[in-house]
Amino acid sequence: MAKKKPTKTEELLRNSDKSLPLLDVQDLTVEFVTRRGIVRAVQHINISVAKGESLAIVGESGSGKSVTSYAVMRILDRAGRITDGTVMFSGIDLRAMPENEIRDLRGREMSMIFQSPRLALNPIRKIGRQIEDVLHQHAQVDSGLVSEKAIEMLEHVRIARPRERYHAYPFELSGGMCQRVVIALALACKPQLLIADEPTTGLDVTTQKAVMDLTVDLTRERGMSMILITHDLGLAAAYCDRIVVMEKGHVVETAQAERIFKAPSHRYTRKLMRATPRPGVTLRDLLPEEEAKSARPIGHTDRHAAKPLLVVEKLVKEYPRNDARGTLTKLFGPRPAVEPENFRAVDGISFTVDRGESVGLVGESGCGKSTTSMMVMRLIDKTAGTIMFDGEDIGEIPARKFATLPLRKRIQMVFQDPTDSLNPRFTAARAIADPILRLGNGERAFVRERCEELARQVGLPVELLDRFPHQLSGGQKARVGIARAIALKPDLIVLDEPTAALDVSVQAVVLNLLQDLKDSLGMSYLFVSHDLNVVRLLCDRVIVMQTGQIVEQGPTDQVLVAPQAAYTRDLLTAIPHPPL
Amino acid sequence: MLTLISRRMMLVIPNLIGVVIITFLLTRALPGDPAAYFAGPAADKQAIEQIRVKLGLDKPLIVQFGRYVADLGHLNLGNSLTTGQPVLTEIKNRLPASAELTLFGLILSMSIAVPLGILAAVKQGSWIDHTCRVVATAGVSLPVFFTGLLLVYVFYFLLGWSPAPLGRLDVFFSPPPQITGFYLVDSLLNRDLSTFRAALSQLLLPGLTLCIFSLAPITRMTRASMLAVLASDFVRTASASGLDSRTVILTYAFRNAMLPVVTTLGMVFSFLLGANVLVEKVFAWPGIGSYAVEALIASDFAPVQGFVLAMAILYVLLNLIIDVLYGIIDPRVRLET
Amino acid sequence: MTDISLSPHGAAAAKAQSNSIFRHARYVVAENPVTGAAFGLFILIALCALIGPYVVPYDPLASDTSATLASPSFKHWFGTDQLGRDIFSRVIVATRLDFTIAISSVMLVFAMGGFAGIAAGFFGGWTDRIVGRISDTIMAFPLFVLAMGIVAALGNTVTNIVLATAIVNFPLYVRVARAEANVRRDAGFVQAARLSGNGDFRILLMHILPNIMPIMMVQISLTMGYAILNAAGLSFIGLGVRPPTPEWGIMVAEGAGNIISGEWWIALFPGAALMIAVFCFNLLGDGLRDLVDPQRRT
Repeated sequence: MAKKKPTKTEELLRNSDKSLPLLDVQDLTVEFVTRRGIVRAVQHINISVAKGESLAIVGESGSGKSVTSYAVMRILDRAGRITDGTVMFSGIDLRAMPENEIRDLRGREMSMIFQSPRLALNPIRKIGRQIEDVLHQHAQVDSGLVSEKAIEMLEHVRIARPRERYHAYPFELSGGMCQRVVIALALACKPQLLIADEPTTGLDVTTQKAVMDLTVDLTRERGMSMILITHDLGLAAAYCDRIVVMEKGHVVETAQAERIFKAPSHRYTRKLMRATPRPGVTLRDLLPEEEAKSARPIGHTDRHAAKPLLVVEKLVKEYPRNDARGTLTKLFGPRPAVEPENFRAVDGISFTVDRGESVGLVGESGCGKSTTSMMVMRLIDKTAGTIMFDGEDIGEIPARKFATLPLRKRIQMVFQDPTDSLNPRFTAARAIADPILRLGNGERAFVRERCEELARQVGLPVELLDRFPHQLSGGQKARVGIARAIALKPDLIVLDEPTAALDVSVQAVVLNLLQDLKDSLGMSYLFVSHDLNVVRLLCDRVIVMQTGQIVEQGPTDQVLVAPQAAYTRDLLTAIPHPPL
Repeated sequence: MLTLISRRMMLVIPNLIGVVIITFLLTRALPGDPAAYFAGPAADKQAIEQIRVKLGLDKPLIVQFGRYVADLGHLNLGNSLTTGQPVLTEIKNRLPASAELTLFGLILSMSIAVPLGILAAVKQGSWIDHTCRVVATAGVSLPVFFTGLLLVYVFYFLLGWSPAPLGRLDVFFSPPPQITGFYLVDSLLNRDLSTFRAALSQLLLPGLTLCIFSLAPITRMTRASMLAVLASDFVRTASASGLDSRTVILTYAFRNAMLPVVTTLGMVFSFLLGANVLVEKVFAWPGIGSYAVEALIASDFAPVQGFVLAMAILYVLLNLIIDVLYGIIDPRVRLET
Repeated sequence: MTDISLSPHGAAAAKAQSNSIFRHARYVVAENPVTGAAFGLFILIALCALIGPYVVPYDPLASDTSATLASPSFKHWFGTDQLGRDIFSRVIVATRLDFTIAISSVMLVFAMGGFAGIAAGFFGGWTDRIVGRISDTIMAFPLFVLAMGIVAALGNTVTNIVLATAIVNFPLYVRVARAEANVRRDAGFVQAARLSGNGDFRILLMHILPNIMPIMMVQISLTMGYAILNAAGLSFIGLGVRPPTPEWGIMVAEGAGNIISGEWWIALFPGAALMIAVFCFNLLGDGLRDLVDPQRRT
């Protein structure tokens, strides 16, 4: 394919006034037609991005931040449309542009990367070919050179052995690698604007750092502008010049990154800012000012008097390797290379949890922290080792039998996804009552009273008790889950990323609630998390896991301030640091 | 690719074993006397006893099974009572007629259903989409024998466009020399256009009947999977990188959308092979389906058993082809070794 | 359920829920009036099955040599067949038999396949392997052909038609139930139920089954149509129902020969009845699916 003659838009772009902002959004309103009528996802917002500038749009779920970016790219789905405002790109009105012309701009002048990189690539096309498709489309290179150019792009995004990887399919690459390919795809035609929509959600913190560093380096190198869309204020401040804060479809504040942190002017920004967990603050600092003042001081665990409640020694969990081959193939098929039959998810770990203590179990995905917590919960059986709970070896009791033992009452759990962990057919009251009805003794007659008491304890309005999960908000569902976990006054609660699915402001409230409950009920927590900033706030001690083993454990202050293990240091430096 | 095929072949074996066991059980675990079944309704006591000894039905079940398997190994499916011919020979002779009809119907239906499904998904909410939905729901509701009869009434009786629904070829024509057994192909190979036209005119109505029957599931699946793929993240990425809609729809969406469609083909074949029996009866088509129906009415059991077995083996092989086809499209299946 | 004591507002909550289901149902019907029409049609068919034999104008078995092969008229709405039997009466009376065959086979396979599938999905391991092998083996046959084989082998009776239809539907039910149970097996609420002291059996009954039920209802409605077609197909080729019993499939078969001589009504009316019944169940199934799962709309 020969190089195309420059189109009218291209000429316009070349000759545009250099002093104009690259992207100028004025008074943008986007509406969606839904079953419940028309919903305004974005209302009269103004955003502008200068050439070479990086801008972050920050907001919680439903703030309209992603919709804004889709509207700019004009890739809203069928139900959505721009009803008001202008979108000017280098002085060209994107809103008025016919579809075939704007298609030509996409990928060449402005491109976009999305969250969940693995899904963003065509699963059955070689990654090299996918990059070529974009190059071909915009006639950037002569067809003879196009695969060389694609390989060069893979090299640019620091993919090792790009010539081989050219032939790889997305499923053969890790999540971080896929995101690099998506970046290569987006930058292949040297656009002037890159929109990154939550590009690192779902990636581990170290991968997140690598991907963000790469994106910022490449965009700076090429003098591009970037819009980063994220829910993470810390990430936004660490990588962007300016921040736009959105709430419920409105822009509430636009300011330089430092300013947002030092002197947030809008009430909502302040709330969001405060709620973001960061070093040097206490749990109470996360709450809005008014509430923080009225909250009780955090109680302190008297660790000297405490004796271990949970002692885990040399715990091992092995899974058979995922083997798709059937028995027949095993018998007749070619012999595979010798490799261990089993995969060790948890590889001989030992730790203790004292009474009244809160222990954080941290690590990246696949490190074995969830498997460990499931074994402690007695939901799955161990392969080897002991789990002593209050002097009793509960590791020996098969998981199936454990469900109906009286001991079950004493170890409970709060789950990661509040929606998934509630039976859609049970009301909140029924969900909270379930453990009482099954394991409680003598309380049956007063179940309702007990449910109401628990609801008050977790701050769930009593009148919501008769609602079904789909009628409750995320935070309310989280409270129901917590109420259910404390219903039987357990000694130990395993918290499996209890706030990972929640917005930061809700997270702040839930974390404080957990702290208060621990103080008033004297429970111990095993807190499983990938977020060191959250662990720092809630935990007395921290255990850091990597590939099934413990790399470091100790008091929170010590581990997170002066880490001994290199891996812990990596984790800590990977957390985005806002410019404070 | 070869590893994929050989791996799929391995998976076929347990299925074939299952098929053999079931067909065996169907004949031996009958509530009545299997010897009486095989001997037919006209046989007297002595004849039944003869059959019993001949088939080894006086021996223990496991011995009978061994014998059954051995017979299958020698490709011996027994003899038909009504015609006296070996069942295998008759099935072999009649199979091309059934295969030609089924394939014709399927190809016809694929060539309508797939584009229709894609168009409906791409232009969601348009009149094509509505047509597609009506076709999809109405199509599965039509009893295939009823569609056949309606077509005969309209095109033969009312309009007179179509020849009488009696077999593969009008009596005035002689079948082309057998090469593939498919009259359409053979007549073309023989450069005999008039026979080709005659064969086609006979095939058109039954083929159309099967086409209408299988149109619904394929359209429905194509539309649904195309819709799902069009809403997927990678299609959004593709359009955000400015690829033109032709590339997005054909290179990105279509190939991915074909995966569930290919899987559905297995189910479609299952229905199609069953519907084939009914269509053959309506159009007096001399295939294995009408052979089985004639045998059923005459309580002639060996052909029925042979027919069930042949159909099952055919179906297992078709599924094998579908699996391999799937592997060709999807690298994830191909490379997972 | 034990929650009678649990909630003073229990009745109110239940009412609120049923209200919301009702409202949602009304919404679905309003959005898609076809579903409403299908429901009306279903009532009509059910009515025919219930009281049909008592209200038809003629005895469905009585032949009338003076009026053979009469085309539809005011006297015989759907005409008469070779023996002069009134086709309208026969079509209406046949509803009961076809309906009974379909319902009993669907109930049978729902009990067998649903149970086996849920157990396979929930317990996994050997249960899963055995159930999977059984349904794979059934699936190795073209379903209608297997049904033919079963009826031919077990004997040519209506009961065996029911049984054969149930058996060939078995894998479809297993697949749906297994998949649904399997995704819920490790769902948070199932684990939470285990932590609350529920044993496996209780979890299946109280937590998994109620959540799978709606999807199984859709499956029932969708396979009802297939069951009717299957049974009619078998009787069309001369299996199961014997003449002169009025049944749609066999009536079409009886009229098949007359099509080429132009007496269309003998086959058309029973065939149309068959088609309408199946159409009705398929539409209902689609409507139910919308009701249960708005995302999986087609």
